[in-house]
Amino acid sequence: MAEARSWFDAELERRGVSRREFVRYCGVMAAALALPRSAAGKIAAAIQRTEKPVLVWLEFQDCAGNTESLLRASHPSVADIVLDTLSVDYQETIMAAAGFQAEENLARVVKDKKGAYLVAVEGSIPTGIGGAYCTIAGRSALEMAREVCGGAAATIAIGSCAAFGGLPAAAPNPTGALGVADAVPGLKNLINLPACPMNVENLTALIVYYLTFKDLPALDDYRRPLFAYGKTIHDNCERRAHFDAGQYVEAWGDEAHRSGYCLYKMGCKGPVSYQNCPVTRWNEGTNWPIGCGHPCIGCAEPDFWDKMTPFYRHLPAVPGFGLGTNIDKIGLGASAGVAAAFGTHGIISLLRRARGGRLKAEHIPPPPPVPEGDEPARDEKKGASS
Amino acid sequence: MTHVVVDPVTRIEGHLRIEAEVEGGRVKDAWSSATMFRGVELILKGRDPRDAWAFTQRICGVCTTVHAIASIRAVENAVGAVPPPNARLLRNLIIASQCVQDHVIHFYHLHALDWVDIVSALSADPAKTSALAESISDWPLSSAKYFAGVKDRVKSFVERGQLGPFANAYWGHPAYALPPEANLMAVAHYLEALGWQRQFIRAHAILGGKNPHLQSFLVGGMATPIDPDRQASINVSTIAMLRDLTRSAREFVSQVYIPDLLAVASFYKAWAGYGGGVGNYLVYGEYPEEDRPNPPLFLPAGVIRNRDLSKVAPVDPAKITEYVKHSWYEYAGGDEQGLHPFKGETKPTYTGPKPPYKQLDTAAKYSWLKAPRYDGEPMEVGPLARMLVAYASGHAGVKQHVGDVLKKLGVGPEALFSTLGRVAARGVETLILAEKMDEWIAQLEANMHRRELRIHDNSKWEPNTWPRDTTGAGFHEAPRGALGHWVHIVDGAIANYQCVVPSTWNAGPRDASGKRGPYEEALLNTPVADAAKPLEILRTIHSFDPCIACGVHVVDARKRTLSRVRVV
Repeated sequence: MAEARSWFDAELERRGVSRREFVRYCGVMAAALALPRSAAGKIAAAIQRTEKPVLVWLEFQDCAGNTESLLRASHPSVADIVLDTLSVDYQETIMAAAGFQAEENLARVVKDKKGAYLVAVEGSIPTGIGGAYCTIAGRSALEMAREVCGGAAATIAIGSCAAFGGLPAAAPNPTGALGVADAVPGLKNLINLPACPMNVENLTALIVYYLTFKDLPALDDYRRPLFAYGKTIHDNCERRAHFDAGQYVEAWGDEAHRSGYCLYKMGCKGPVSYQNCPVTRWNEGTNWPIGCGHPCIGCAEPDFWDKMTPFYRHLPAVPGFGLGTNIDKIGLGASAGVAAAFGTHGIISLLRRARGGRLKAEHIPPPPPVPEGDEPARDEKKGASS
Repeated sequence: MTHVVVDPVTRIEGHLRIEAEVEGGRVKDAWSSATMFRGVELILKGRDPRDAWAFTQRICGVCTTVHAIASIRAVENAVGAVPPPNARLLRNLIIASQCVQDHVIHFYHLHALDWVDIVSALSADPAKTSALAESISDWPLSSAKYFAGVKDRVKSFVERGQLGPFANAYWGHPAYALPPEANLMAVAHYLEALGWQRQFIRAHAILGGKNPHLQSFLVGGMATPIDPDRQASINVSTIAMLRDLTRSAREFVSQVYIPDLLAVASFYKAWAGYGGGVGNYLVYGEYPEEDRPNPPLFLPAGVIRNRDLSKVAPVDPAKITEYVKHSWYEYAGGDEQGLHPFKGETKPTYTGPKPPYKQLDTAAKYSWLKAPRYDGEPMEVGPLARMLVAYASGHAGVKQHVGDVLKKLGVGPEALFSTLGRVAARGVETLILAEKMDEWIAQLEANMHRRELRIHDNSKWEPNTWPRDTTGAGFHEAPRGALGHWVHIVDGAIANYQCVVPSTWNAGPRDASGKRGPYEEALLNTPVADAAKPLEILRTIHSFDPCIACGVHVVDARKRTLSRVRVV
């Protein structure tokens, strides 16, 4: 223990960070995770551990957008994650080794750290033509996922492709692509961090949470951490007051658009999308899509490429209108509730899928218990997606 | 003869496998295989063309803007939407900042470890490293104390015994030629570049809400409002932030990236003699400078053949064909022919070995990439192609910077046709774009000042304003090269969608006549000191900056649209 301390103190000193500042950082992290102040001590202890937990990161049918998001990490930074916080033993986009030496690194983790390592999966897993739509070192993505995720302490499905199938699984799903939960059923300790790509703030928060408590955060019924996906975009939107006041953008670049009015009529899916973008924002808090004038496309929801499209058609009805009742007098969805919002889209996507020869069941196994006091409020959504 | 397989090729985007025959310490033959397929174009069929940019954008998260740009241009071309001047400027800024950030990441995080031995950095003398750094640049982070700190950090990392992403690499390989001090300097800048790129790309958050996968694109313009008097718009305050970021780009590129590039290259001049490849170059051109059809472009279009810089031919998209003789697709009319993208057909037909497998049958089909050809010839695309076409077309800025680099390295223009040439061209392009961006910012500012606030052509937004049956093409110079999207729209929905992508050009397999693709050709005669550690193969492949997810996604829906496709 003394050794660990001296290593850590030297590290702090080298970076010009006082111990007091370090403890304060841990307090801030505890607050970000909505933990009691007393958790800060645990976080500090976890970060000082000598042996770094091992993370392997698998890329399958992906665009590397989540890897790029990882490179945008600031608290801790990607350099801190890679050098100090975790031992990232396999990550195709950044690792120095290639070819069979790279695969040796992965095999060593799977063998030597069985049950103790973390695995992040990016990209969907194709099941068509015996797995030949995605191979790495001659092995299919499916075979790798079964082996590597099967032996892990926990699996993090990063981005909407790994979580729910994402773009490759959009109708007609040419390659039989699945998210991790469907491709490797029965995995213990699976966490989904969807979004396209995932916001790295949520990954770093999850890593700190895991290192601190050696446990998983509370999840919703799509296995998304409540700390990041517990409320809708609409709940926290900086333009919400304009929605309640019935002030809407009508055309790109009009006075209302320049003034930051509500993008609901331009197709915003914020009312039916669960994520913390308005709070964390992106790229070190610089901005977020609605902040730059474009509607939310609901990228953290299952099957959003089918359910949230067309992106520029507005949701027929959203509960909780303030003064601006009955938006634009069309009143498409007479019945209130999010389910109605999915009426037209839902039917179209079901048809699309039927045409593609594949009707998918619910993605996710039964939900883990939700802590008391947290409002799950997912019944309407489930109804809509089934 | 040794058969070498590199799979996965790491430090790239996507899934790439290289097989090579090595004889007498040289690559005698090589095959490039892409091992992942998604089918994005097929997914697009029947959807709203205004959504297509978001779908195609997800072809790649590294070059996260390029397919969105090509897509909105293709749909605008089809429906007749004309983006206003501010949209052109916002797009130019987004495209250029993508290129600058992407090239820096490529140099430091994807390519540098082919030239830089991290382990050797541990024996560097910080004082000598400081002297070296100060001899080549004014960059302020150059003291002996600073480099001692970096060395300590690496040392403490190594001593903890968990090497993570740096484990089991080719450290100590005889082909590494840098002295320890240059290695330590490069490692320091590897870490600095990680921080710099994260800061700089906030420009994309300002202009696109977030990065990766910016979300401000619209068919007909951009979604980012401009108004000097509103806080929810691009205003003088956000312009000031942008200027701050472009200044940081100029400083980092001119004081860190370019000096490092020259320092590293000076130890590897032999690589100006390897990796030349097919010697044909194709560029669509980029950065429209005016708002009219066929506008002048900041970086010009053109075709160079057989390394002949005295002739730049205009690009004729009708000369583009694709072959599938060695690709996992089949043509109804037989695999000997090449088909233009508008007449193309793609039926995935996997005939490769059943996974898990050890070796591909390279005499048969062996890749998910098609083999594109221009006038029957393989073409290299990317920064080298762009800089060569600009150089040969007399582009003043490019001529000056390319000339500077050649002079500092003491080599002639023929050195450009090489692995090292690709690395140098990418650096020169980064510098030119970093210097250019403030001009577009100034124009945006001037428009704002005279209340020219339009960002979108509303007149063609609704599908009922479009022709019932229409086609369009959109061209773009992505960081990795010439990108084209072709779209066919019927009754407001996508009937067919096609992309021909930079990495398809560069990484594609052999065609029907057996001609190798650019990667394959470039690997010929590459020295390989140790077949179990083919570091030299990685050098040449990485010099192209592979982006394989981009290359493999071509599914043509022609069977379902039949003869309704017409060439624009």
